[in-house]
Amino acid sequence: MGTIWFWIVAAMLTIYVVLDGFDLGVGIVYLFVARDEQDRRKAMHAIGPVWDGNEVWLIAGGGTLFFAFPLLYASSFSGFYLPLTIVLWLLIVRGLSIELRAHTHDSVYKTLFDATFSFSSLVLAVFFGAALANVIRGVPLGPDNYFFLPLWTDWRTGPNPGILDWYTVLGGVLAGLALALHGLLYLALKAAGVLNTRSTMLAKRLLPIVAVITLASVPATVIARPASLEHYQQHGIAWLAPAMVVVSLATIAISLARGWEWRAFLGSCTYLASMLVGAAAGLYPVVLPSVGTAGRSITIDEALAGPHAVRVGLVWWAFGILLAIGYTVTVYWLFRGKVPEHAEGYGH
Amino acid sequence: MDALTLHRIHFAFTITFHYLFPQLTMGLALLIVAMKTVALRTQDVDQRERYDVAARFWARIFAINFVLGVVTGIPMEFQFGTNWSEFSRRTGGVIGQPLAMEGVFSFFLESAFLGLLLFGERRISRRLHWFASFMVFLGSWISGFFIIVTDAWMQHPVAYQQLPNGTYEVTSFWGLLMNPWAWLQYAHNMSGAVITGAFVVAATGALYMLQQKHQEFGRVFLKVGVVAGVISCIAQIFPTGDLHGKYMARHQPAAVAGMEGLFHSTPGAPIVLMGQPDVERQTIDNPLVVNKVLSFLIYGTTAAEVKGLDQFPQDQWPSALPLLFYSYHIMAGLGTYFAALMTTAGFLLWRGKLYNARWLLWPIMLSFPLPYVANTAGWMTAELGRQPWLVYGLMRTSEGYSKHVGPGTSLFTLLGFLGMYSLLSILWIVMVYTAIQKGPRAPVVDQGHDAHTLTTA
Ligand code: HDD
Ligand code: HEM
Ligand code: HEM
Repeated sequence: MGTIWFWIVAAMLTIYVVLDGFDLGVGIVYLFVARDEQDRRKAMHAIGPVWDGNEVWLIAGGGTLFFAFPLLYASSFSGFYLPLTIVLWLLIVRGLSIELRAHTHDSVYKTLFDATFSFSSLVLAVFFGAALANVIRGVPLGPDNYFFLPLWTDWRTGPNPGILDWYTVLGGVLAGLALALHGLLYLALKAAGVLNTRSTMLAKRLLPIVAVITLASVPATVIARPASLEHYQQHGIAWLAPAMVVVSLATIAISLARGWEWRAFLGSCTYLASMLVGAAAGLYPVVLPSVGTAGRSITIDEALAGPHAVRVGLVWWAFGILLAIGYTVTVYWLFRGKVPEHAEGYGH
Repeated sequence: MDALTLHRIHFAFTITFHYLFPQLTMGLALLIVAMKTVALRTQDVDQRERYDVAARFWARIFAINFVLGVVTGIPMEFQFGTNWSEFSRRTGGVIGQPLAMEGVFSFFLESAFLGLLLFGERRISRRLHWFASFMVFLGSWISGFFIIVTDAWMQHPVAYQQLPNGTYEVTSFWGLLMNPWAWLQYAHNMSGAVITGAFVVAATGALYMLQQKHQEFGRVFLKVGVVAGVISCIAQIFPTGDLHGKYMARHQPAAVAGMEGLFHSTPGAPIVLMGQPDVERQTIDNPLVVNKVLSFLIYGTTAAEVKGLDQFPQDQWPSALPLLFYSYHIMAGLGTYFAALMTTAGFLLWRGKLYNARWLLWPIMLSFPLPYVANTAGWMTAELGRQPWLVYGLMRTSEGYSKHVGPGTSLFTLLGFLGMYSLLSILWIVMVYTAIQKGPRAPVVDQGHDAHTLTTA
C-alpha cells in the first residue's frame, strides 16, 4: 500500500512539473522570445486557458501527500519553511501578473507585469529544482523526525547542509534551463510566425546546454548521496529512467532538426518525467533521507497514514482522478491548435 | 511574542483574508446560475438579453475574485505543514482526506468549467453554457463542503481512532463526511455566503439606481439580490443559526458560555444583548439583558439551567474570551439587521415600490461590506470558541504548532503576508470598482476572440 501511494504522489507531482513546467518555461523565456505586444499576447494566450488548471496539480498533489504521508508532509513543509513561503509569494505574484496584464491598457503597467511574470517564473523554476535536490541530498533530521534548514551554510553537502549548496544550486540551474527549453518547445508548438522561429532557434541553442548539465548531474548526485546508486543496483528496472532521459534528449534533437514540433514537445515531456521518476527511484523506499547522525531517514512505512485511511483513500482517489483527467483532457482539446495569428477584437 | 502566538496570528490572518474571496464566489455562483436560468427559460427576448448580459457581468466579477481566492488559497493548503506541523502529523490520517478530496474533486472541476463559462459562450449551446455555470457553482460549493468537513472534525471529532504511534486515523469514511456538526455548519456557512453575494448584487443595483445609470440592470440586480437576500437572511437565523447554536450548547458548552458571556450557571438564563465582559471580576459591564431568553433559545423552556463558565476549570475556558464575546455579538447583531433590511426591501419589491425608495436604496448600497464583517466574525466565533483546543478534547493548540520554526521566522513571513495582502486588497478594490463603474455593457478588454485566455476584465 505504501508503495502504491509513493508512486501516486510521485506521479501527481510529475504531472504537475510537466504541465505547469511549460507555462513556467514560457514565463522564463517570455521577455527574450516575445518582443512586441502582439507576440506577448500570443504567448499569454498560449498558456491562458490552462495555467490555472496546471497549478491545481500542485495543490491536489500536496493534498494527497498530506493525507497519505502526514509525517513527511509535516516534517518537510516545516523544515523548508522559508523557501516554501517564498514559493507561495512567488505563486501569488505570478498568478496576479498574468491576470492583471490582461486587464490593463497601459503600456507602463504591462511592462511591469511582464517583468514580474517572467521574474517569478524563473525563480520558481529554480526553487523547485533546488527543492528536489534538497530531498535527494537529504536533510539533517533530528531524533523527532523534524529539522529546520537555514538558507545556506558553507555551500557544501555533508552533515551540516543549507538549503543552498553547490549541489542544490546545480539542481536549480538545471530545472531553470530544462523548463525554459520545455517552454520554448511549447511556444513553438502553439505559435506561428516570428514567435515560432525565435523559439525554435533558441531551443536549438539551449538543448546542448541542458544535455551537458543533465550528464553532469549524474556524478554530482552520486557524490551528494552515494546511497542513491545502491537503490539503482537493487532494482534493475530503475535504469529504465536514465535510459529514457537519453532517448528523449535525442528525440528532441532530431525533432528540432526536422521541424517536428509535436515530437519535440513530447520528447521534452518525457525528459522531465524520466528525470523525476529517476530521482524517485533513487530515493525509494526512503522519502526523506537523513544526513548526519542524529536521526534516521524517513521511509515510506514510517510516514504512511493509518491502514484504514489509505485504503478508503484509494477508492475515492481513483474515482476523482479519472474525473480530473477528464477535465484536463477536455480543456486541452477545446483549446487545441495554434494560437490564431490575428487576434482581432483585442483591447480597446 | 512567543512562537505559538505568532503562528496563530499568522494562520488567522491568512485564512481570514482568503475567506473574503470564496464567500463572494460561492454566493455569486448561485446567483449567476439563477440569472442564467431566467435567461434560459423566459420567452421574452428583451428579458433574455438583459439576464444574459447580467450573468456575463457577474461572471467577470466572479473571475476577479476567483483568481484572488486561488492565490490566497494555495498558502492555506501549505500552512498546515509549514506552521502546524505537529497537528498535521497527528491528524493527517483524518483531515488529510477531506483536504485532498477538495483538490481532486472540486478545484479541477472549477478551473475547467470557469474557462468555459467565461469564454465558451459563442462556442457552445445555451444549454451547455448554463451547464457550465452550474458546474462552477457545484465546484465551489463542493469545495466549501470539504473545507467545512475539515473544520467540523476539529470542532467535533468523529469516526477516528488513535494508533499506537499517537497519530489519528479515520475509521469510517462516511462517518467523517456525515458528521452532524459539518452539515449544520455547512448550511449556516453557505447561507452566509449567499448573503454576501446577495448584498453585493443588490448594492450594485442600488448604486445604479441612485446614480441613475445602467438602470435597466439596476432593477435586475435589485430584484435578484433582494429575493436571494430575504431567503438567505432568514435561513441564516432560523433554522441554521438556531440549530447550530443548540448543537453547540450540547457539545461545546464552554464555548457557548463564553460567547454569551455567562460566567455563572443560571436557571432561566438571560440573554446579554450588549455589554463588556470583564474576565478578571467575572462580570459583564453595562449589560443590556433580556431575562430567560437564553434558556429558551437553547432548551426551549424558560426555566432550564444553562451551564456557565464556573462549571469548567479555568484552563478550559476559551482563551480570548472578550474577543469571542464580541465576535459572536457582532455576528448575531448584524444578522438581525440583515433580516430586517432585506424583509423591508422584499416587501417594497413585492409592492413594486423598491426602485424609487431612495431612503432604502441608500442603506442597501452602504451595507455591502457588512456581510464580510459578519462572516469573519462568525469564523472568529467558531475558532476562538474552540480554544484552547485545536481538536476539541483531543489536542491542544499549544501542542500543534511547528516547534522548529522560531518566532523570528514566523514573524518574518507574517509581515511578508501582511505587506503582500495589503497590496492585493488595493488591487482587488480597484478592479472590482472599475468593473462596476463601467457597467454591464462595457466591452471586454482582452477577450481573446477565440477564448484564448482565462482572464477577463
Ligand atoms: C452573514 C453571515 C452570518 C450571520 C448574519 C450569522 N452568522 Fe453565524 N456564522 C457565520 C455567518 C453568519 C459563519 C461565518 O458562516 C460561521 C463561522 C463558522 C461557521 O460554520 O459559520 C458562523 C458561526 C456561528 C456559530 C458558531 C459555530 C461554531 O462554533 O462552529 C453560531 C452559534 C452561529 N453562527 C449562530 C448564529 C446566529 C444565532 C445568528 C443570528 C443572528 C447568526 N449566526 C448570524
Ligand atoms: C477548513 C477550515 C478551517 C480550518 C481547518 C481552520 C483551522 C484553524 C487552525 C489550525 C487554527 C490555528 C490554531 C488556533 O489558534 O486555533 C485556526 C485558527 C483560527 N482560524 Fe481557523 N480554520 C478554518 C477556517 C477558518 C476561517 C474560514 C476563518 C475566518 C474567516 C478562520 C479563522 C480563524 C481564526 C480567527 C483563528 C485564530 C484563533 C486564535 O488565534 O485563537 N478559520 N484555524
Ligand atoms: C484551511 C482552510 C483552507 C484551505 C487549505 C483552502 C485552500 C484553498 C485553495 C488551495 C484554493 C485555490 C483552489 C484553486 O486553485 O482553484 C482555494 C480556493 C477556494 N476556497 Fe479555500 N481554503 C481554505 C478555507 C476555505 C473556506 C473556509 C472556504 C469556504 C467555506 C473556502 C472555499 C474556497 C472556494 C470556494 C475556493 C474556490 C476559489 C474561489 O471560488 O474563490 N476555503 N482554497
